[in-house]
Amino acid sequence: MKVQLKEWTRKGEPWVWLNAGAVALSTVMVLGLLWLIAVRGLSHFWPHEVIEAEYVGPDGSSQRIIGQVADEEIITAQQLRDAGQTVPEGVEVVRRLLVKVGNRDTLGFDFRWVDETSLHDQRAPTDLFVAERDEWGNFYGRLVRVFEQDKVVAEGEGAWEALQARIKRARALHDKIYAIEKTDIGSVNYAMERLRLKQRRLELEGRDTPEALADIAAERAALEKRFAAMQDELKVLYGEIGRDSFEAEIMTGQVVKVPLAKVVRVFRPNAMSLTEKVGFYFSKLWEFVSDDPREANTEGGIFPAIYGTVLMVLLMSVLVTPFGVVAAVYLREYAHQGALTRTIRIAVNNLAGVPSIVYGVFGLGFFIYFIGAHIDEALYPEALPSPTFGTPGLLWASLTLAILTLPVVIVATEEGLARIPRSVREGSLALGATKFETLWRVVLPMASPAMMTGVILAIARAAGEVAPLMLVGVVKLAPSLPLDGNYPYLHLDQKFMHMGFHIYDVGFQSPNVEAARPLVYATALLLVLVIALLNLSAVYIRNRLRERYKALEM
Amino acid sequence: MQSTTQVQPPAIDFDTPALRRRRKLRALTDKVAGISIGAGGVSVIVAVSLIFFYLLYEVMPLFEGAEIEQKAEYRLPVAEAGPTLYGWLEEQGEIGMRLAEGNRVIFYRTQTGEVVDDIALPIPEGVRIASVSGAGVDKTLLALGLSDGSYLLVKHVYKVSYPEGTTRVITPGLEFPYGEEPVELDPQQRPITQISVRDAEDTLMIVGAADNHTLLGRLFEKEESFLTGEVELTDAGLVLPTVSGKVSRLLLGPETRWLYVFAPSGEVTMYDLLDREAPRLNQQLPVTSGGVELADARFLLGGISLLVADVQGQITQLFPVRDDNNHYTLEKIRHFDFGGRVTNMAAEHQRKGFAAVSDTGTLGIFYTTSERVVLREQLGDTPLRRVTIAPRANYLIIEDEAGTVRFYSVKNEHPDVSWSALWSKVWYEGYSEPEYIWQSSASNNDFEPKFSLSPLTFGTLKAAFYAMLIAMPLAICGAIYTANFMAPRLRTKVKPTIELMEALPTVILGFLAGLFFAPFMESHLPGVFTVLVLMPLAIVVFGFVWSNLPGAIRHRVPDGWAPVLLVPVIIVVGWFSFAISPQVELWLFDGNMPHWLTTELGIDFDQRNALVVGAAMGFAVIPTIFSITEDAIFSVPKSLVHGSLALGATPWQTLVRVVLPTASPGIFSAVMIGLGRAVGETMIVLMATGNTPVMDWNIFEGMRTLAANIAVEMPESEVASTHFRVLFLAALVLFLFTFAVNTLAEFIRQRLRTKYSVM
Repeated sequence: MKVQLKEWTRKGEPWVWLNAGAVALSTVMVLGLLWLIAVRGLSHFWPHEVIEAEYVGPDGSSQRIIGQVADEEIITAQQLRDAGQTVPEGVEVVRRLLVKVGNRDTLGFDFRWVDETSLHDQRAPTDLFVAERDEWGNFYGRLVRVFEQDKVVAEGEGAWEALQARIKRARALHDKIYAIEKTDIGSVNYAMERLRLKQRRLELEGRDTPEALADIAAERAALEKRFAAMQDELKVLYGEIGRDSFEAEIMTGQVVKVPLAKVVRVFRPNAMSLTEKVGFYFSKLWEFVSDDPREANTEGGIFPAIYGTVLMVLLMSVLVTPFGVVAAVYLREYAHQGALTRTIRIAVNNLAGVPSIVYGVFGLGFFIYFIGAHIDEALYPEALPSPTFGTPGLLWASLTLAILTLPVVIVATEEGLARIPRSVREGSLALGATKFETLWRVVLPMASPAMMTGVILAIARAAGEVAPLMLVGVVKLAPSLPLDGNYPYLHLDQKFMHMGFHIYDVGFQSPNVEAARPLVYATALLLVLVIALLNLSAVYIRNRLRERYKALEM
Repeated sequence: MQSTTQVQPPAIDFDTPALRRRRKLRALTDKVAGISIGAGGVSVIVAVSLIFFYLLYEVMPLFEGAEIEQKAEYRLPVAEAGPTLYGWLEEQGEIGMRLAEGNRVIFYRTQTGEVVDDIALPIPEGVRIASVSGAGVDKTLLALGLSDGSYLLVKHVYKVSYPEGTTRVITPGLEFPYGEEPVELDPQQRPITQISVRDAEDTLMIVGAADNHTLLGRLFEKEESFLTGEVELTDAGLVLPTVSGKVSRLLLGPETRWLYVFAPSGEVTMYDLLDREAPRLNQQLPVTSGGVELADARFLLGGISLLVADVQGQITQLFPVRDDNNHYTLEKIRHFDFGGRVTNMAAEHQRKGFAAVSDTGTLGIFYTTSERVVLREQLGDTPLRRVTIAPRANYLIIEDEAGTVRFYSVKNEHPDVSWSALWSKVWYEGYSEPEYIWQSSASNNDFEPKFSLSPLTFGTLKAAFYAMLIAMPLAICGAIYTANFMAPRLRTKVKPTIELMEALPTVILGFLAGLFFAPFMESHLPGVFTVLVLMPLAIVVFGFVWSNLPGAIRHRVPDGWAPVLLVPVIIVVGWFSFAISPQVELWLFDGNMPHWLTTELGIDFDQRNALVVGAAMGFAVIPTIFSITEDAIFSVPKSLVHGSLALGATPWQTLVRVVLPTASPGIFSAVMIGLGRAVGETMIVLMATGNTPVMDWNIFEGMRTLAANIAVEMPESEVASTHFRVLFLAALVLFLFTFAVNTLAEFIRQRLRTKYSVM
């Protein structure tokens, strides 16, 4: 049947379709966003092909380019001209590639936009290799020879195998050095600092008797001895790790010598088979979640950020659960249900809508500058004037987020309590149970799904919150983990790293944003996954527990 | 009787001591639990409300006035040396200095009046000091104009030492950096009745007035000897203008460019000494109204603003304002009505505040930027003669006519903020007109912090406005369809998907907006507008075409699955719009739309602008609005809908005439909650704008919001400083705004709920 446009419009159909379009658009946007993050975040770890091509500049000069294509875009030539670049006359639309050419130490830049049409003779030779380094970013080139001290040990064909073996050795040494520097020397330093504070404390309290001081001096001497031993060991290791190096030809034709001590891994993506690529992919992915960041957070892993986020959120939930539940139980079961309680209920509900930065300000002012400063005066006078708790740290961050998420827990628990039928309570009371027994044995177990939901939602919110944390405890790079092997193990006063802040910091404060960008996408993806998982588990737990107590609901 | 055996209930004794104890224990547990839950609950609620009170507690001191407390009172130290010509307090407020008429400098303890040192100046017998002036508000170099036509430069210094470890000892003394000999200024040897001095990095300039009407001056170029460190002066020559009337005050600006000459009638003449050979008369301006006699005139800190007091108690602040032709005019900026004849004024050394005393015995403490009278106190009936402020503005010394010196401690923490300075236009030094400016810190002390919350509030509202502009249509229309038309099975999928977005950390949205969308949009700007036009068009056209398809195809898709059909349409249109963007740009905008906007339309374009923020924040707000609106529409009683449909209304008519009016309070509350979220959002704005505090509705320019401002500046602000408290105020404003908006929304929702329940 034929529908007339007029009739169709009169019935309001266009509006219905527009409304349908709005839903579709919103959904497409959500899924598109997740897709964008997933694609960009996950593709970073794949060993992309390294291309080699002749680049002919606008002035006709030719130059070789070796690198990986990181991005591409189509823009008008005029935009490039306005930005001060030379684009040949007559060209109106340019498709250009962002090529990661690496070798920042010799080239000075590691990314380059090139016009696709000016790339000629593009190929992917299998002998091109990538070296990931501890500094200066990736190295791209062609291996020439491998050195031991100043002696050439391999050249030409066999060089690649020799290099692989030597890198393994260098990495093993590097790990040893890292373990000594970070763990062993770290704990000696920590012990030294504790000794210093102990001595200062004794002085402050007037108990600095010669015996006590002698004890401290003895301990210090022991530590210094350990320290000296480690230094010696390190010296040997450093000597060994500095032994090997390789020479490779880079895109400009220069032959560059690179010490193996600074190389993390070498690989030839063009020569890899699919299985090798998949294996490589997962090893990179593992490195990402388990390793420390390198190069001002733009390379390597984000393990400390994951660790900090999880620890902070756990602490927060330990703090928020009892308080939230007690407040909800009070409001619903004990308080007189009058106008005042209703007002409080609305106020608590509204607190969930107060901007998180306000909680950050409160945390900074009240917890850190007020309570923290008093704690320092009372308990840590030996460390003054450098603050212990009077400065942003893990405890204050958790507390601030606990207050931030308190309304979530209270509201969810209250809803759960409200859903429990009166008859259940009355039945329990009629059987002679006291009010508390009714609460403890009957009401709370039945409300537990709601409580769990509240806590999980609180965790999901806390894990994604960044703004308040910027004021109360996160740092871009924490020297040590807040939970480690040094007494007292859990360092509540320490600053920590956080995934959300990591995204902000690396994406916006980093000197080399272009290089860091894929890593930020990966971090974002991980954060989204964690939060989605938490939310879904909230839904799951709620449904499961609801199922269990379904028989009781009337 | 006893033949029938009664069935006895089993003999359970409920009253055994064990059970009694148990019952007692249970009762006790119950009581204890009740009390502790009560205590816990109340304390949690109190702790939460503490947020509000704590913010208020931090903000309150901003609006408090100053307080003074008298610490000591004593006779003028070494009164026989004559009245004070010039006074000073050293940094700690421990030692006071007074230059007495008898050519002596007396240092005394401010707490007791005990004389620490009494030094005679190297001035010849029979010559007296005719005028004194400091080289700047916070400088210790003094120029003394002598009665024999010469001048003497002297510096008072305070050496701090710790001879016994922790006790501080301050030793005052005098230095003569330019020689102990008085230097001739007037060859005719008339007394130098007015003097002004400026000691800059490489020049030294002294301007004096002989016998109150002839201007005389010396300009020296300074050269420091590398070996001895001594300063060598070379006369550079200076020509000064001739003035007609009497000179009652002389002020030389810090860059030795402007010379202000005051006549007793209250008229100021501003000379431009830029050309040392040919001074130029820049402007003449009567400062006091109706020729009221001048009482005192001096510089504010920084030497830009002048403070002029007249005998009727009016204090006027003036400063030169530059116009577009680089021409300076002295403007009267603001007045303070003090009352009583002002006898003396003193400017603060680190802020733009000052104190004044009058012959009626009143002390006033003022602040220029905030236009505040922070203190006005009657200190007795004796006329006050002189006031001196300590460098940290925490102590005052006041001398009265009776020769009594009083030493006060001052508590004046935040004079630089007032309600009007925070919210209305303020005329800051160096600006050509009053403006709203947020500029909280700078490198030096002379800088006037500019705490106007207006641009930040404006930025907040602008960001929220554009976010709502994008979010509202999408979220509300989407919710209408979802609640009203969508197939139930699809609804159970779509709703959680959109709601999942609410849990998405905003830092991710901000990062995508700043690093992906902003550059993408800059290079594909026409595409954005193409989408806005094409998308609705394409949807409607598709709808019409679909309705005209043969039933065989149409009926394959059940009612309420339209969004699924539209997904490919949306993807294709979106892709198409951005794919043709470069062509459109070439065709309509000379190949570069941002550039075209700037040159052709005069609209500034920032890469991180309000459009980007609007899109990203809109994205963050959509799930909030969507979810609540959807609930509100869905919970409209079905009987209403069915009734309307039964009466022959089309589904759309039912929606517009019945469902939406019924659900409108709910939709309104959804919008309010969304607005609250948009206003307080921090990370998106922080990452997706340039964070420049400008006031402009331009969608292609950025903004700075209250929340982002707190995040940026809070970690660096000094605890308990004005800046710190103003940031707390910003947080309090955010808190109150969102709290009020949410309460309103909640209230409306509750009303709606009761309304539905009776239907």
